[in-house]
Amino acid sequence: MSEFFSYTFIVNALIISVLCSISSALIGSWVVIKRKVLISGGITHASFGGIGLAYLLGLSPIIGSATFAVATAVGIEMLSNKGKLREDSAIGMFWSVGMALGILFISLSDGYAPDLLGYLFGSILATNTIDIISSAILSAFLIIWFIINYRKILYIAFDEQYAVSQHINVRLHNMILMILTALTIVISIRIVGIVLVISMLCIGQSAANNVTHNLKGIILYSFLFNMIACIGGILLSWWINIPSGATIIIILTLIYAIIALATGKKNIR
Amino acid sequence: MTARNLIEISHVSASYDGVDALDDVSINIKDGDFIGVIGPNGGGKTTLLKLILGLKKPDKGSINISEGLNIGYMPQQSEIDRMFPITVREVIYSGLMKFTDKSEKYLIDKYRNRYDELTQKMNIDSIADKTPGQISGGQFQKTLLCRSLISKPDLLLLDEPNTYIDKESEFELFQYLSKDSDVKAIMLVSHDIGTISQYVKTFACVNKGLYYHESNVITEKLLSQYKCPIQIIAHGDVPHTVLKHHNNV
Repeated sequence: MSEFFSYTFIVNALIISVLCSISSALIGSWVVIKRKVLISGGITHASFGGIGLAYLLGLSPIIGSATFAVATAVGIEMLSNKGKLREDSAIGMFWSVGMALGILFISLSDGYAPDLLGYLFGSILATNTIDIISSAILSAFLIIWFIINYRKILYIAFDEQYAVSQHINVRLHNMILMILTALTIVISIRIVGIVLVISMLCIGQSAANNVTHNLKGIILYSFLFNMIACIGGILLSWWINIPSGATIIIILTLIYAIIALATGKKNIR
Repeated sequence: MTARNLIEISHVSASYDGVDALDDVSINIKDGDFIGVIGPNGGGKTTLLKLILGLKKPDKGSINISEGLNIGYMPQQSEIDRMFPITVREVIYSGLMKFTDKSEKYLIDKYRNRYDELTQKMNIDSIADKTPGQISGGQFQKTLLCRSLISKPDLLLLDEPNTYIDKESEFELFQYLSKDSDVKAIMLVSHDIGTISQYVKTFACVNKGLYYHESNVITEKLLSQYKCPIQIIAHGDVPHTVLKHHNNV
């Protein structure tokens, strides 16, 4: 075991697991109670366009994916708010256009994109100091944001129209949370990849909602479940040489299944 | 002495995707009013409430709200996710969210007595820690009513308040609203003319246009004149016959 911890990449992976579990538990709980899971899927896949553009321009993929993810979050929120487009149609559009742009940009890039598969399916063992610092900043910001705005987040998510009637700036509040969702997704992509990241935002939270009906409880339990899945996934992938991202999702799903069986509930929203 | 106008709605029109919901509607809501808003489905009743609440902007006309007016609002519960992880206590205290400059602790301390009084009156004090999914439709309706009342509003807007509650609770609810509550004016939307006519003072008949009827007694003939041809169904202790006696109103 001491040999296991002697590798820097393993320690990095464990640190980012904890940090991503914090950010995904906070944002994922909001995503689940607000029924925004599909929007998260749209943001995630649209960010692939940014990764492709970054490859083409020789920039850091994380900058490209963050730009596309935030633009998608803002775009979906604005288009569906103005009633110009149905929300699910806006999601579908951004989702497919982002993927299409990603494929196009990568095909136009010179040479081979060596860590592309890592962005698609996750590469937690390849995380570096920049990933850890950006994840730590985001997690710290989210903790502070949720502590200060907890009641507002809960009340607006429960009844948005009522909040508008009480002169609360719901549009700005939702926009900020959508941008934070986009940034959380970008950070989590390093762990489980574009294809699987949505699960970090909903499986643990749905399992937590089977244990408790309290938002604080959902956040805490989903942090615990995500962390168990991430650390368990790293250990298993190390010991039996299987892909870490997929292993994390399977463990999360097992946690959900065990809790659903134990509590007799099947709370998938 | 003339009662003070709390809200002045003047020649307001509103539409959804180019389809008129309200056309040239005018009404004043005054101190002491208890107005029942009635009309057919799609006639614009809820739109009228949404305009007052600022949830929808009028295409034409003006809505003047007296300065500092505190408006309580109870939406139809069908618009709310009953599976949401929130307790009855939290739902009721969310009625204070407009006071954004005050801390949660300050608000809970200040309104604790009000919370206790309302929940005891509505008989939901024992379910404070339950979630909407764990209580009945009637209990949830009372929870939403408590939320609309906790901030001691001047004007209370209620959208179909008696949809999910039984007859006994309905009686208690309207007794409370008409006699015991400390709001200055109430406007309530309902399909149930028979029941609300026992409690409201006046009617606003809404079917794209608005006709104000300065009495709580109304007939099908009058409703027809008001271009609001809805059938009055006998209800509870107010049968058809009572309403028919007032055909000359």
